[in-house]
Amino acid sequence: MQLTVGPNVFFWTPERWSALYDTLADSPVDRVVLGELVCSKRLPFYQAQIPGAISTLLAAGKQVALTSLALVTLKRERKMTAELAELGATVEINDLTALTYLPDGMEFFVGPLINVYNEGTLAWLASRGATRVCLPPELPLASVKTLAAAARDLGVAVEVWGHGRLPLAISGRCYHARLHGRSKDNCQFACEQDPDGLEVHTMDGQPFLAMNGVQTLSESYACSAYQVETLSRIGIDAVRLSPQATGFSDLCRVYRQLFDGTLDAAAAVDEIRRINPSAHLSDGFLTGDRGADWSGRLVPS
Amino acid sequence: MVMEIVCPAGTPASLRAAVKAGAHTVYCGYADETNARNFPGLNFDRAEMRDGIAFAHANGAKVLVAINTYPRAGAEAIWHRAVADAETAGTDAVILADPGLLDHAAKHHPGLRRHLSVQAAAANADIINFYAQAFGVKRVVLPRVLSVPEIATINAETEVETEVFVFGGLCVMAEGRCSLSSYATGLSPNMNGVCSPASHVEYHEDSGALNARLGGYTIHQVGQGEPAPYPTLCKGCFSTGDKTGHLFADPVSLNAEHLIPQLAKAGVTALKIEGRQRSRAYVAEVVRNFRAAVDALEAGQPMPEGMLARLSEGQATTAGAYKKTWR
Repeated sequence: MQLTVGPNVFFWTPERWSALYDTLADSPVDRVVLGELVCSKRLPFYQAQIPGAISTLLAAGKQVALTSLALVTLKRERKMTAELAELGATVEINDLTALTYLPDGMEFFVGPLINVYNEGTLAWLASRGATRVCLPPELPLASVKTLAAAARDLGVAVEVWGHGRLPLAISGRCYHARLHGRSKDNCQFACEQDPDGLEVHTMDGQPFLAMNGVQTLSESYACSAYQVETLSRIGIDAVRLSPQATGFSDLCRVYRQLFDGTLDAAAAVDEIRRINPSAHLSDGFLTGDRGADWSGRLVPS
Repeated sequence: MVMEIVCPAGTPASLRAAVKAGAHTVYCGYADETNARNFPGLNFDRAEMRDGIAFAHANGAKVLVAINTYPRAGAEAIWHRAVADAETAGTDAVILADPGLLDHAAKHHPGLRRHLSVQAAAANADIINFYAQAFGVKRVVLPRVLSVPEIATINAETEVETEVFVFGGLCVMAEGRCSLSSYATGLSPNMNGVCSPASHVEYHEDSGALNARLGGYTIHQVGQGEPAPYPTLCKGCFSTGDKTGHLFADPVSLNAEHLIPQLAKAGVTALKIEGRQRSRAYVAEVVRNFRAAVDALEAGQPMPEGMLARLSEGQATTAGAYKKTWR
């Protein structure tokens, strides 16, 4: 089992952004996807640092890919997406728009925000050049299993969302801007104040969601520690960890130890709780009745 | 050419009412998980679909069959059968979202016209042209995240017809890319054709307040005697820090009747009304009003004013993303 680090979905300072990739160069991960997924307005703040981060990661032996935006609408965003293929790294598409700009036959990755729900779509993407697919986090284990088997025949590697706040929705509207009484065009980068997103509670005060600009995340951190063994058995190639502001390299190490068998699932969860004591965990999309559920134990499958 | 009114029908009776009220086109779905309005008691069986299409055709109207959820892994045959049956029933087009299903339809039903569902969230001309080239898509239903100028830009850059929502429920999230509902309830628009399902709603009274819960999450609270809104996730009431309110979207519905002339100028082919779950009386009244509006526009007459306000949810309406300030 391999470890893929997904793109940082939050708006971090350029210093914090670069520090993440310096740290990842020394972390036990196999693959890093970077670039801007959520909001095109954020990119200019750290764009100049992307080539350096790619070089650092490649020099450390990591495989590197560049993500597309999750929702491409504006002319500027179309241009930015078209230019991705020219940067030399593998492109991970997270809006099918990105696929339209890739030269015929160029290999690419498919990110978790592309709707790969069935074998037909998987086969179609493989015929276009997809070599790796991170499945949508919403999929239950039964679908993951079927798709993993289909992917094996197609020669496509399959990843599953492994850890981090779940990307639940994307919108044309910016919720951070709305919260501050601003429009998206005049957002003044309100999302910068929340390096892990801004927690949203129900009317009972129950933590529920987290807003991240135009994106809505779960408040809970998805955690696949109890499913890793099953995922490995059914042929899943990698799990994906989503960067968080605290203890991320420790988190990578815990998952690596879990894969290596030096930690069992329960011990890994204990470690994860130590890294982020206030975080709620969930694994309901894979094995529960609903996404927010947490098994708290190994689920027989 | 007069703009086409595309009207929802959740039942054969609604279909007939819509056609009689002047709908150019009616869209509906089979009574199963293949369509994005998979509600109990709604939608068409195979015989009803055949009869409904025959009725519409006899009265000069078209029927579109929505097969716009994402087929479940290991069960794609259910969706493939729906496409084949829709063609046999004589549908004028199928409305699809899943690339795998579009690919299947293009290969196995090349003579069947294909529309791209709003559930595919195709939000720019490049991806729309790509769907046309890859799968022969003739029309796209645009996601409700675009402003009128953006729609005009799209139409300037594509030959594919565009259809836009003008009335009814309003998603604030990009459609087909939202799993809020399955996070809270286990059932989602993409997989099950439902959002914030009634089976997971409960109302609970607590010291003078009425709480509306979805999947156990309290997302509305009103005083006694006040009308309790249906707890749709993205339109719920939430709090963060010292702020409480509709942090994602107000509980309003879409009414873009005033924008019809602008949408026509932007090159839009068809105006879509949301609401397959609505009564036939509602459907007929909305259709009559929109038909009158597009006929007036075609004849160079002024638009009828404020015609639909009383039909809107909670009496509050918005022009949504068509106005840029919505963002």
